[in-house]
Amino acid sequence: MTLIKTSAKAQRRARTLGVVLLVSALAILLLFVPGANAGQTTTFAFNETRSEAFAIPELAFPTRAGLYLMAALTAFAGAYQLARGFTRQGAVLGIVAGLFVLAFLTWAARGQSMNLTGMMKSSLLRAIPIILAALSGVMCERCGIVNIGIEGMMLSGAFLAALIGSVANNVWVGLIGAMLGGALMAALLAVLAIKYRVNQIVAGTAINILATGLTSYFSSRYLQKYEVLNTPPTFLPIPLPGLSRIPIIGPALFNHTVPVYLTLVLVIAIQLMLFYTRWGLRTRAVGEHPRAADTLGVNVFLTRYVNVLLGGCVAGLGGAYLVLSSVARFDELMTAGKGYIGLAAMIFGKWNPVGAFGSSLMFGFADSLQTRLAILAVPIPSQFLLMAPYLLTMVVLAGVVGRSRGPAAGGQPYEKE
Amino acid sequence: MDDKTVASAIANAVQQPKSGAPTPKGQHRRGGWLRQLLVPLLAIITALILGALVIAFTDESVFQAFGGGFGRGVGQAFSVIGRAYGAFFSGAFGNPVRIISALISGQGAQIRRAIYPLMETLRISTPYIFAGLAVALGFQGGVFNIGAEGQYFIAGLVTVFVGYAIKGLPAIVHLPLALLAGVVGGGLWGAIPGYLKAKTGAHEVINTIMLNYIAFRLAEFMLDANGLMARGDGRPVSPEIQPSAYLPQFFPNQVELRVNVGFFLALAAAALVWWLLYKTTLGYEIRTVGANPRAARYAGMSVARTIVITMALSGALAGLSASTDILGVLHYMPNAFSSGYGFDAIALALLGKSHPFGVVLASLLFGALRAGAQNMQGIAQVPVDLTSIVQGLIIVFIAAPEIIRKLYRLRQPVEGEELVTVRGWGGA
Repeated sequence: MTLIKTSAKAQRRARTLGVVLLVSALAILLLFVPGANAGQTTTFAFNETRSEAFAIPELAFPTRAGLYLMAALTAFAGAYQLARGFTRQGAVLGIVAGLFVLAFLTWAARGQSMNLTGMMKSSLLRAIPIILAALSGVMCERCGIVNIGIEGMMLSGAFLAALIGSVANNVWVGLIGAMLGGALMAALLAVLAIKYRVNQIVAGTAINILATGLTSYFSSRYLQKYEVLNTPPTFLPIPLPGLSRIPIIGPALFNHTVPVYLTLVLVIAIQLMLFYTRWGLRTRAVGEHPRAADTLGVNVFLTRYVNVLLGGCVAGLGGAYLVLSSVARFDELMTAGKGYIGLAAMIFGKWNPVGAFGSSLMFGFADSLQTRLAILAVPIPSQFLLMAPYLLTMVVLAGVVGRSRGPAAGGQPYEKE
Repeated sequence: MDDKTVASAIANAVQQPKSGAPTPKGQHRRGGWLRQLLVPLLAIITALILGALVIAFTDESVFQAFGGGFGRGVGQAFSVIGRAYGAFFSGAFGNPVRIISALISGQGAQIRRAIYPLMETLRISTPYIFAGLAVALGFQGGVFNIGAEGQYFIAGLVTVFVGYAIKGLPAIVHLPLALLAGVVGGGLWGAIPGYLKAKTGAHEVINTIMLNYIAFRLAEFMLDANGLMARGDGRPVSPEIQPSAYLPQFFPNQVELRVNVGFFLALAAAALVWWLLYKTTLGYEIRTVGANPRAARYAGMSVARTIVITMALSGALAGLSASTDILGVLHYMPNAFSSGYGFDAIALALLGKSHPFGVVLASLLFGALRAGAQNMQGIAQVPVDLTSIVQGLIIVFIAAPEIIRKLYRLRQPVEGEELVTVRGWGGA
């Protein structure tokens, strides 16, 4: 019976997806086409600097024709989905979402020029702290510890990055300090959640409040008084030889500071470790069914302690990025909710490092789009653009388009019998 | 056997280990009030002691004194702590000597100055009580409402709109209408994650966090200098509300004493929540769903409906914290201000053990903490952020009472005293 039920559910979901696709095609036609005049052209530029091996010519096309093409492609996808059905629905949804965004950009940049490479770059940079926060969440939640205290871990990471980095006058020491800061808060979470079996969401909330208090207190006591303590050195961008000269993606991906590269490496590393190593298998087993893992000889407590501490280090790196890679000082509450957004990105990415990376990019994109549109004088309030990723997260979480489910044992303390 | 006893029987029968159904009266009272209060009190005291250590160890004069000998250092540490906490207590409760002498002298101005700190504490407590009740009610119903902040923004927008846009109404109609607007606004905003949880199983923690940001951006949009609800003089604030929507002040002729009728509304709300939870069928359903949704389902309760109602009521209470703030104190709504109530409210609900009266006590404490911290910063130059440290520590100790019990060598509690607050992501 459950089989029939799920297949009916899947059918309904497939139909919903088809309708969603058709509606987006209609939205392109109704929202964007009327705004474009017949003679207007949209120009997308790809050369951020002159450093590419060879310059890509700018792409200029008539706005209206472009929009009609995108609407047609979207509508075709919708019709095909309703009539025959795609096998890889998630990918189709991603592609169509990309098309929709492209249509939006085409409309926004009508009669003007927009630099897509610059846009990619700034999206990535804005996404970095979110990616690290989401990775921290993945590390903790995969082993069954809900980590809502990412914000606090990032904040203490940022604080120690500034303080230790300034004192040692060395970026690398600052980076280690940040990891230490995140790990300290993570240790508190681990002890509360694993040893004292405190409700993990409550423990995370306590960590956020505590970290806010501690960093703000010590910042106004010391960092603001003695400027030397709050002037850390910063990482400089290192163009990767060769790679950074690849057109389009070169400047966007391969001309960054160390923390950015580190983040990209971490995404891949954690993905591989989670799904292709013994450690990853154990972690996932502990997150899904700790009792079974325990029976098979996996040390549940140790696995959880290690993962939460590593997760704290990763969150601390997120804080370090803010300090050592962009602003070169610690400010009170400087994480500004990025830890929470990372949490959303983690769920959006289905508790998967690569998925979390993708959804963090979406948040970063919305953020950078908002500043670009202000420059292009597009009459959409920036607040609504900034709202969009949150709305999308809710939609995804509600299972309207594909469901996102966390590890089964998430949030449950484990007791040995 | 009526429905209630059936439900109760089933709830007790299907009881899972560690997540007891609402305990019958007699069992709950074992050990008495004092035992119930012991751990929270010790948690507060321990947090304050740790806070004192932080103050002492971040004061340069203490280190200098230690250079002159251990005894001098300790003495200096105590004097620094004494000055800070002295400023703290006089900022929170006023100076008792001055209050008594002012009362004896009978001079209005003197009395006002003497009781100002105490009244300020009550004023700050008012929104805390509402927000704390919101989270506590959610905990009782098994949902974690981190969205008090967002519900605050939405309710604030609706309240202030009703307050300034409707003109010419008598106060007896206008004021309740503005309050009601806050209730409805907050309630609807709270009902959204409730509905999503009930219908799709989406966890309310993430959805309320998302809705917090959406509400924040919405408020920013509406109250932007050129926003739909802006005053129109280039400042990012809403227009002043009509005087007919003002919550009456305790001391109508003394503007500096900002405490208002909202405080009594908050106390009434606490009583109402208590009555709802412990004296009505709906309250019983809320607590049963919170304690054991499976048992509730077997007893024929609609878990989905109860969750939506719990979240809506929780949102409405959070909304009232905004309404009383705006109608009683601010009289307009500024843009981009973070109330911070949303997260403090979680601490309040935990500290008050999710009991309405406990929440009132906890809110009075937090009101005192905030009021006192202001004074402490002004007089003893101790940053206000110390309160966040103390609050965070209080939550840690309350959530992990084992730490406190070990520290003070207390006996282990009776089984079942622990209150279920919230489950993991999976949902019910």
